[in-house]
Amino acid sequence: MDLQALAGCLASASCVVTQASTGLIVGMLLFLVASGLSLIFGVLGVINFAHGAFYMLGAYFALTAYGLTGSFALAIAAGALGVAAFGVVFERLFISRVYGRDILMQLLVCYAFILILDDAVRTIWGAEYQMMGMPEAFALPPVEIAGGFIPGYYLFMIGASFVVAVLLWYGINRTRLGKVVRAAALNPQMVAALGINTTLLYAGVFGVGSLLAGMAGALAAPIRTLTPGMGLSILIESFIVTVIGGMGSIVGAFIAALLIGFTRSFGSIGFPLFVDGMMFGLMALVLIVKPSGLLGRPIL
Amino acid sequence: MLRDIILAAAALAVLLLLPVLIPHPALRDFIVYVIAYGLLAMSLNLLIGFTGLVSFGHAAYFASGAYGFGLLMQSGLVSVPVAMLAAVGGTALLALAIGAICVRLQEIYFAFITLAFQMFIHSVILTWVALTGGDQGLRGGIPRPAFLGIDLNDGRTLYAFCAVVFVVCLLIMRQIVQSPFGYTLRMIRDNPQRANFVGVNVRRVKLAIFVIASSMASIGGIVLALFVSGAYPDFAFWTTSGEAIFMIMLGGSQLFIGPLVGTVMLQALNHYVTIYTEHHGMVLGTVILIFVLGLRRGLADWVYEWFQSRNTRRMAVMAAAQLGEAKHDKLA
Repeated sequence: MDLQALAGCLASASCVVTQASTGLIVGMLLFLVASGLSLIFGVLGVINFAHGAFYMLGAYFALTAYGLTGSFALAIAAGALGVAAFGVVFERLFISRVYGRDILMQLLVCYAFILILDDAVRTIWGAEYQMMGMPEAFALPPVEIAGGFIPGYYLFMIGASFVVAVLLWYGINRTRLGKVVRAAALNPQMVAALGINTTLLYAGVFGVGSLLAGMAGALAAPIRTLTPGMGLSILIESFIVTVIGGMGSIVGAFIAALLIGFTRSFGSIGFPLFVDGMMFGLMALVLIVKPSGLLGRPIL
Repeated sequence: MLRDIILAAAALAVLLLLPVLIPHPALRDFIVYVIAYGLLAMSLNLLIGFTGLVSFGHAAYFASGAYGFGLLMQSGLVSVPVAMLAAVGGTALLALAIGAICVRLQEIYFAFITLAFQMFIHSVILTWVALTGGDQGLRGGIPRPAFLGIDLNDGRTLYAFCAVVFVVCLLIMRQIVQSPFGYTLRMIRDNPQRANFVGVNVRRVKLAIFVIASSMASIGGIVLALFVSGAYPDFAFWTTSGEAIFMIMLGGSQLFIGPLVGTVMLQALNHYVTIYTEHHGMVLGTVILIFVLGLRRGLADWVYEWFQSRNTRRMAVMAAAQLGEAKHDKLA
């Protein structure tokens, strides 16, 4: 514990800016993964424990696409769309067989895929750490704000994630399709009876959720080291985010992701070893006080 | 009860004879691992299979048993049995405090909060380096001073000791499951509202089984700590809980012995697959998929149901034959 260092950091503007920017990118990445997790749970009632593995796939797809084409835009597209396609196939072939079954069965199918995908990545890309490197377009000097330096890529990432967050919110809350999705979350039989193809809808929602995870992986590729099993920690963290924010709530996931992001970045100064404990403590606290999460629908 | 005791004695005899018949040290190691993880999986199944409480944080108590026991032995103040009892008692208190909060939540939220507490404990173990040794685990080994003329530093004695502890625990758990209390657990699993209406204090019963299951898990942790002479933070990591759930699902949750079957299967898989192939994840993942999507239940449950349905079919055939004879008699 070094609370003095934390107080010292909070007193200096440059340290606050640097840590806040780190907190923001951690939070935004978490939001992208957690919102997909939350969306899938809200509509399909399935907790996709393989979501972290999807994030990993997105990063590796981006790595390969970047290596082949040299274009970062194409790399992000490959990460996002490739994982979306994989997600749809995964939903159709495996997840659709465990709808409405015991949560343990859903858990095990996903667990099986975590093992298989990690192993597949190890076989295809190798077990060693890999770096994608910063795309040339972002090889700029860092931006200075109040004495703190923020890499240009951080600003791009925060902006891009924020745009996705707004689009997602608009799509779900303000469009006709979003209305159908929300209706399907509440009463799928009724939606099916009204002539809407729920099978297609489910596959689509799963695809969008996977797309978000893949995109997060692709966006993270330039600033993170890639390794098989990299999905595990982000899965656990986005899990905390979904529970704190409320299962099925996108806005809740956004708030909780930022909360966890800042806990991580500032906590790493004040109590570096206990950051995880802090996050799980927060999660336990929310579950005790309001089990449905900050913005989730009340249970029962 | 008598039948259970005879079965337990037979099981103990088999456990003690196996290493004599096949004197290979690897077999003894394998069985001790099965004993430790088997206790974890079987105690977890008291919650999952019998009460319908999906706990995702059971390994926390496995670890608390291991660390409690290890620290007490390292202090050099107590003997092995006293340290064991104290570690189990301490775990029971810990489980009582955490369980009192957890049992207020239902279904998936129960799974989340147990997970949160487990990871919190895992973080505490990692952070409190002065006491626990952090990510290195308990350092310096765990001494095994002789007590009552039993010297656990001898490999065979240690094995026999673990086997006896294991069989006694199985017997206790079996009695719990077969008691009226055990049937109350099944009622809560199948219909909590009805249990409430007939006057069962559902939360109190859930808390009771939570504490019992956690204490049993701590004995698994103690056995492992005693055997490997150490305790590691991985004991409290969520993957250990995940593996325990996995053993239950592999073996089956409806039979008392199911999780043990699953433990043997997983330990054997882990052991042999790593010998023959590097693609450990692929093989394990595929096996899980076959069980979940193919059999749709654990192995023991599947075999049991197969026998059941064969019996009912045979009964049906016999009944039909009797009916046919009766008709025949009438006509004649």
